[in-house]
Amino acid sequence: MQFFFEVLIGGLLSGVMYSLVALGFVLIYKASGVFNFAQSAMVFFAALTYVGLLEVGLSPWAALPATLAVMIVLALLIERVVLRPLVNQPQITLFMATIGLTFFIEGLAQMMWGANVRGLDLGVQDEPIQWLTDNAGINVSKFDLLAAGVAAVLVTALALFFNRTRIGRALRAVADDHQAALAVGIPLKQIWAIVWSVAGAVALVAGLLWGARNGVQYALTFVALKALPVLILGGFDSVPGAIVGGLIIGASEKLAEVYLGPYVGGGIEGWFPYVLALAFLLVRPEGLFGEKIIRRI
Amino acid sequence: MFYREAGQFKTSYDADLAIFPIRQDLIGVALIVAVAFIAVPLLATPYVITGILIPFLILSLAALGLNILTGYAGQLSLGTAAFMAVGAFASYNFILRIPGMPILAAFVAGGIVAALVGVVFGLPSLRIRGFYLAVATLAAQFFILWLLTKVGWISNYSSSGVITAQQIVILGYAFTTPEAKYLLILSIVFIMALAAKNLARSNVGRSWMAVRDMDVAAEVIGIRLMPAKLLAFAVSSFYCGVAGALFAFAYLGTVEPEAFSLDLSFRILFMVIIGGVGTVLGSFLGSAFVVLLPVLLSITVRYLDSNLGLRIPQSMISNLELMLFGGFIIFFLIVEPHGLARLWQIAKEKLRLWPFPH
Repeated sequence: MQFFFEVLIGGLLSGVMYSLVALGFVLIYKASGVFNFAQSAMVFFAALTYVGLLEVGLSPWAALPATLAVMIVLALLIERVVLRPLVNQPQITLFMATIGLTFFIEGLAQMMWGANVRGLDLGVQDEPIQWLTDNAGINVSKFDLLAAGVAAVLVTALALFFNRTRIGRALRAVADDHQAALAVGIPLKQIWAIVWSVAGAVALVAGLLWGARNGVQYALTFVALKALPVLILGGFDSVPGAIVGGLIIGASEKLAEVYLGPYVGGGIEGWFPYVLALAFLLVRPEGLFGEKIIRRI
Repeated sequence: MFYREAGQFKTSYDADLAIFPIRQDLIGVALIVAVAFIAVPLLATPYVITGILIPFLILSLAALGLNILTGYAGQLSLGTAAFMAVGAFASYNFILRIPGMPILAAFVAGGIVAALVGVVFGLPSLRIRGFYLAVATLAAQFFILWLLTKVGWISNYSSSGVITAQQIVILGYAFTTPEAKYLLILSIVFIMALAAKNLARSNVGRSWMAVRDMDVAAEVIGIRLMPAKLLAFAVSSFYCGVAGALFAFAYLGTVEPEAFSLDLSFRILFMVIIGGVGTVLGSFLGSAFVVLLPVLLSITVRYLDSNLGLRIPQSMISNLELMLFGGFIIFFLIVEPHGLARLWQIAKEKLRLWPFPH
């Protein structure tokens, strides 16, 4: 039973890491209806830029705002060069544009900083908390707990931002209908620049945590594939959905790997989340917290 | 001046329903087909045939398959490569386990197996739409590849699922030279493209387009969604399966499941989007674009590199190519979101009036 809880908690905490990536997707989808495949490339780019700036000799506290500035510049460029000419195009065109963007950002990141694997130390070790091991006999990593804390803060902040501020409301209007939003006087360009900047900041956070855990390397771009089932499970346009989806996916994935994996030859982590999400979708086609799709003729 | 249908009167319904109602189109297509069948094998070097033309044709076929599903029936799929893998591995097993199985029959059987798998993974489309469906089809992509690696029987217990495709022998003739393989692939692609073109304008194709444009409305006017959507998945997967079999037997030779990775699925989706969603011509244009662009980029970059004496390191060149590839995709989407096929249509409109634009 203790082992079960350990796997469960480990899964939940790693699920939070998926949520961090999924959050970036949700932000952009909610505010522009764009399914931004480049989010994972942005995570990679942010982590690589941060590590690169550290190597150049900046202190960690100087590198953080510097990377943030780079991400904002990137967001502004994306808005100007990619999104603005594609206003009102079908969603699939925008989706393909973000895949093109993925290639571009991956190439750019590696050209600027090189492709070798780098370590990243955030000052918190990936080791079990002694107190919990002694008292409950369960190993919980300090680092995972930090990641969960960061994710909680981020989600609360974003949820407040979306529901309570003027800009947040404007974002939701834009997501509903580009042209209608323009018609009532919402500045689409600014809104998109803001939301992509925020997504860049989320990518930076996700990049730092993932980079510290797995090393800053090209494989970071594959975390998106972990975030996608989280997205469809939680709903593309729901911030809480990203978190709940992440928890469900993380926990069930680890449990399935431990308890189901040995019977079928292992390695099921790659597809199990997708099948699970698919099963959920058959019951609720718009995800757990997604906005109910009402269709009229 | 050259492209004007004035004076071509249709005097029967059959003539009006012809696949190429305009004479210039018919002549143009016949000319291209003749060049492809006769001139290319005589003139092209083996490198051009194996390195460019064969992958171009095979990927065109796969893009055509995806275009049937995404372009005509409106169901977005990211699992194309997995269906190709099913076709390849199924064909391999049919030839391996049934003695004397003709290879063309094995390709067809492989396509049918892919179609059945496609129907199974198409079932969620009855409930799920849009990007939710796209992500759900990723389940097919990962699950099928995992299955191919894990179940030893499929790859005849070779290590890590690698298979060596059998030689292509039809009626005692072995297709070993690039030219022979090219002609075989060209024939198959030609027949299947013709079939797709006809399918698209039949009642099946029209019901797909109705489902694509608005499935609730399609249901209201009496189209049964389940058969329409599942048939789209089946036909699309059949095309992909045959393409996968050709990819394995006539192009790669030795195949591992990883050859059919998500990356390939994305590339085929690119072909469809850049070529033109919902057009047969677009599948070919898109495939040509995606196959040729990396080749042209690397030639250009290397040429500049050696002539200007920049001495760019190798890793930088590959990153530069990656950036340019992404940049070009964005550029083309911005310039013509409806794809290269639309550009061709605009060009035809211009040609009708040329050289007197009024």
